[in-house]
Amino acid sequence: MPALKDVKNKINGVRKTKQITKAMNMVASAKLRHAQSRIERFRPYADKFYEMLGELAKGADSSIHPLLEARAEVKTVLLVVITSDRGLCGAFNNNITNAALKVARAKTAEGKEVKIMCVGRKARDTFRRSNFEIVAAYVNEMAAFDFSLATRIGSEVIGGYVGGTYDEVIMAFGKFISLARQEPTLLPVLPLSPAEAGEVKEAVGAKAEYIYEPSVEGLLAELLPRFINVQIYRGLLDTSASEHAARMRSMDNATRNCDDLVNSLTLVYNKARQATITKELMDIVGGSEALKG
Amino acid sequence: MARTFTLEIVTPDRLVLSKTVESVTAVGVAGEFTALPLHVPFLTALTVGSFSYRVAGKPEYVFVSGGFADVTPTKVLILAEAAELPEEIDLDRARKARERAEARLVTERREAVDFARAKAALQRAMARMKLRQGAQLPGSAHIPAR
Repeated sequence: MPALKDVKNKINGVRKTKQITKAMNMVASAKLRHAQSRIERFRPYADKFYEMLGELAKGADSSIHPLLEARAEVKTVLLVVITSDRGLCGAFNNNITNAALKVARAKTAEGKEVKIMCVGRKARDTFRRSNFEIVAAYVNEMAAFDFSLATRIGSEVIGGYVGGTYDEVIMAFGKFISLARQEPTLLPVLPLSPAEAGEVKEAVGAKAEYIYEPSVEGLLAELLPRFINVQIYRGLLDTSASEHAARMRSMDNATRNCDDLVNSLTLVYNKARQATITKELMDIVGGSEALKG
Repeated sequence: MARTFTLEIVTPDRLVLSKTVESVTAVGVAGEFTALPLHVPFLTALTVGSFSYRVAGKPEYVFVSGGFADVTPTKVLILAEAAELPEEIDLDRARKARERAEARLVTERREAVDFARAKAALQRAMARMKLRQGAQLPGSAHIPAR
């Protein structure tokens, strides 16, 4: 039988842990609401953007802009891996990095060189232990980021692609589907294929003829690099929402586990207490019997 | 004839502005333009800087850091990566950004990527400060009076 005091201490400890996990759950749910509303606010921009791009890219041929052109021979692949900075959110980060690692290994097996760009500390920590080269790491940015983070990542990606350092760019992130479902997703970013991405919405209703300034090609040249930023921003927003949803769920589980633990420990405590009482009674009875002689 | 139309400014983070206006004047990459009601459909890229719109005959200003303007007969939609109303501009931040950019312009080589970035940053900071301080702005002079 464990000592009574030890069990009591253990119960108190688990109760404290429960308080913490419960608080973390509530914090995560508040942050999730915030992240979801950011996705909502981003939607009008993204929708309009896709619509404009779809309109412009309709007749465009892939040779008019370097970002649209697929390389004949793919030598180097850049993987942009977006995870959270902090843990305690279940298997969320592992799922993303595992999906990314799988692709990285597959590409390496095909004889391509794979380089990694990490967003979020968990991605960096994982890939630092692998033998893939990390070209850049954005750490401690996920807690409070805005569009400028996407722009910074985007300009590095585009610079590398146009400069010929990378021939293909893939983004790995946690897609937010619902509170209960977040899916690690791999999205090809470059070369661009806006028409095939399935994102481009057909413009509603009959479109009047537009005047384009400076020209369709000129506008596309402005739009396409920004499209990369939009894609990356979406990845960031989704990952952030998914992170909080995953944390909410794992903290909810932890809180429930604490409850179970407290229950079973209380049972042990009560049994131990009962045993002590019984033992003491036996002693007393035994003592008085002995006195009677 | 319609005398007003809708102006909407959308950024990735929020809807900055949605208003009924009489005219919009902005600087596109191919030059300044003014959109009045029933303008023909028109799509242009914008340069960094402020643009103005008119409500009840009075001009109002907004800062946009580049982007696109989609003009249709009944609506002007501005798609920008960042946009701020004059009262939202952080003058201190803009001033610091200007100092940073100027320092970098001195140290960087002319052909470096960072040079172009610093130049763009300087341009944004200057445009923000100019708007905040209420200097003479494009489009304030030659919009036809009603």
